[in-house]
Amino acid sequence: MVRMTGSQILLECLQREGVSTIFGYPGGVVLPLYDTLPQFPALRHVLVRHEQGAAHMADGYARASGEVGVCLATSGPGATNLVTGIATSFLDSTPMVAITGNVARTLLGKDGFQEADITGITQPITKHNYLVMRAENIAMTVREAFHIARSGRPGPVHVDIPKDVFQEEAEFEWPEEINLRGYRPTTKGHAGMIRRAADAINKAKRPIIISGHGIVWGDSSDELVELAEKAQIPVITTFLGIGGFPETHPLSYGFLGMHGMYHANMAADEADVVIGIGMRFDDRAMGRFNDFNPDATIVHIDIDPAEIGKNLPTAIPVVGHVKRVLPELTERIEEHDRSQWLGWIDKVEEEHPSLEIRETRRLIPQEIVRTLYEETNGKATLVTGVGQHQMWAGQHYFYDSPRKLVSSGGLGTMGFELPAAIGAQMGVPESEVWAICGDAGFQMTMQELAACVDERLPVKIAIMNNGYLGMVRQWQELFYDENFVSVAVTQPDFCKLAEAYGIRALRIESKSEVLPAVQEARNYDGPILLDFHVDQDENVWPMVPAGAALSETIEMPEKELVR
Amino acid sequence: MTTTNGTKPGQHTVVAIVEDKPGVLQRVAGLFRRRGFNIESLAVGPTEFEGLSRMTIIVDGASAPVEQVEKQLYKLIDVVKVSDLTHEDAITRELALLKVRCNNVNRHELLDIANVFRADVVDMATNSLMLQVVGDEDKINGLIKMCEPYGIRELSRTGTIAMTRGQKTTTVHESEPEAIARVHQSQGRRVEADLPFSSD
Repeated sequence: MVRMTGSQILLECLQREGVSTIFGYPGGVVLPLYDTLPQFPALRHVLVRHEQGAAHMADGYARASGEVGVCLATSGPGATNLVTGIATSFLDSTPMVAITGNVARTLLGKDGFQEADITGITQPITKHNYLVMRAENIAMTVREAFHIARSGRPGPVHVDIPKDVFQEEAEFEWPEEINLRGYRPTTKGHAGMIRRAADAINKAKRPIIISGHGIVWGDSSDELVELAEKAQIPVITTFLGIGGFPETHPLSYGFLGMHGMYHANMAADEADVVIGIGMRFDDRAMGRFNDFNPDATIVHIDIDPAEIGKNLPTAIPVVGHVKRVLPELTERIEEHDRSQWLGWIDKVEEEHPSLEIRETRRLIPQEIVRTLYEETNGKATLVTGVGQHQMWAGQHYFYDSPRKLVSSGGLGTMGFELPAAIGAQMGVPESEVWAICGDAGFQMTMQELAACVDERLPVKIAIMNNGYLGMVRQWQELFYDENFVSVAVTQPDFCKLAEAYGIRALRIESKSEVLPAVQEARNYDGPILLDFHVDQDENVWPMVPAGAALSETIEMPEKELVR
Repeated sequence: MTTTNGTKPGQHTVVAIVEDKPGVLQRVAGLFRRRGFNIESLAVGPTEFEGLSRMTIIVDGASAPVEQVEKQLYKLIDVVKVSDLTHEDAITRELALLKVRCNNVNRHELLDIANVFRADVVDMATNSLMLQVVGDEDKINGLIKMCEPYGIRELSRTGTIAMTRGQKTTTVHESEPEAIARVHQSQGRRVEADLPFSSD
């Protein structure tokens, strides 16, 4: 055993957990830790410009790479600035370890300078959290934190360490075993339930699979494809499930929900057996719960038992890891010809195309995304913020593999895009990463341009600039009698702003400039910002109004067709 | 009307065995608050194992399906085991201390009442006496009702604790997974390390 300081133990443990990158911001109580950082040259520290950026970067890193993301902040305001990012990770179940410093143990609870009860604050938005009161407990805590973050249903874990614990010396021993008697995620599905699920699917005339984020995190795309192909079951995904099933596969029918494809929503509503896999029947995906396809038999496969029956009554629950459950299910289901059912959906799609890009005079974001898709052959990683541009990025780019669309779905965090793209680029350095931004969300975290420059990351930043909080404007137009309130955002000249940071920038105002700009960005080795000035009035369609059922999906009104 | 174990209709008796660590109570209380589950009563104390505490929670069933309460509790890392005793043959008990006004004239009446409820007199003063009573909710409510005409100066009640009758227990046995795994193995079944906690 070796005697080490708390700081050394922490960094040693991070390294042993496979961490290579830490997104952080120094401050008073974490100075002992930063003082130790140079002793661990393999740990790359990315200096953010606001702690929220650190949390989103760690999250983007995790989503793009599949590894646990790590962020670090000081006590008080540093720690509270992480909160939005931790909540974003929590709602989307991504593995993150957030480390904060706190005031020295003698000052805890005394309202000292920069003290916040941060474990009290993060408790409802983390999978688990810790306040480590002794240096000798750091090693086990880090082991447990990473285990909890990445296993079962992944999620963020927060570790809070008082300043003097960083400085305290303790014997370091790497804990080989973890014994968490209150945490044993179920991975093997119940054989009887799998049999019942298989029976229901075998008898079904119009089965549909709704696959979610769990397929991505369960690394089970191949298993899902096998299942769908064997029984010829059409697959639609949730928004976060995009890419979990190859979107160019003949059985892929896009994603469902508030801005899902018309035919996907109709198919979900028409199905006689709905098989939810690694998803949680969220309100944005399912519409009004009471009117979601009341006649369907619902089969729900998820690793989190608490999700089963939470929103919709489930006939056949299977708790387990998709990687284990799906092959067992595939084994039990029969090959089937479902051309009639698939034909029904195809016909709806033909009669109600959701992804057609119409001829317009003005530049619309849909065609920018589509151009990007064509130019990158669907191989790029798109990181979005929240709002209209997010939906267009989901709709008009076709993702054939998981982790290619990185987006804040559950919490819907504007400003996620730029920092998450920076994290994603660090997580998958070989990949071409595009931050698809809204002009409003971009202004929430644009200070991270500096981090992008610091790290020399070739992130392509595309701003869909319509001068509005676009989605809010759309709601005010459609549901609040066009009473536009606090929705037009003034903005700096984004090109000048980028240039001030030393980032190359292009301003695109007409259709003909789109392709050359995209090509130029792709050929440029370094960060580049594309400021696309798009039609201000464009709305996202189709749409299920809030509180409506999927069967009430509205398509683009005729008056909007011509622009 | 109550069930055999004294749980009121619409209420659920949930027992959670939790790690005896700082902040566990807040995690449980926070979970109930956030999910909108109403706690009617809560009692926390040590168990027969060092390092584990036992929480008995009476939940208003109208506020939440008890299945969700159980599942959400299980998601807390510090919660080791959850049992629903609502429909079990179980003993439920509360303890109450009542300080009741009295004088030389009516003290004997009050002592008679205490006798009927098998309440103990634990303190006596010239113008009051303190009763200690143990029982299920109904019994304690009964005593309170009988004492009200005399004037209750102070009342303190604990939360309900509960335990199943007979052989069955709701506790955690460290050796349980291994023991069950051994049985399964001897019968040629597949063995799951996480068996007692899995959905099987």
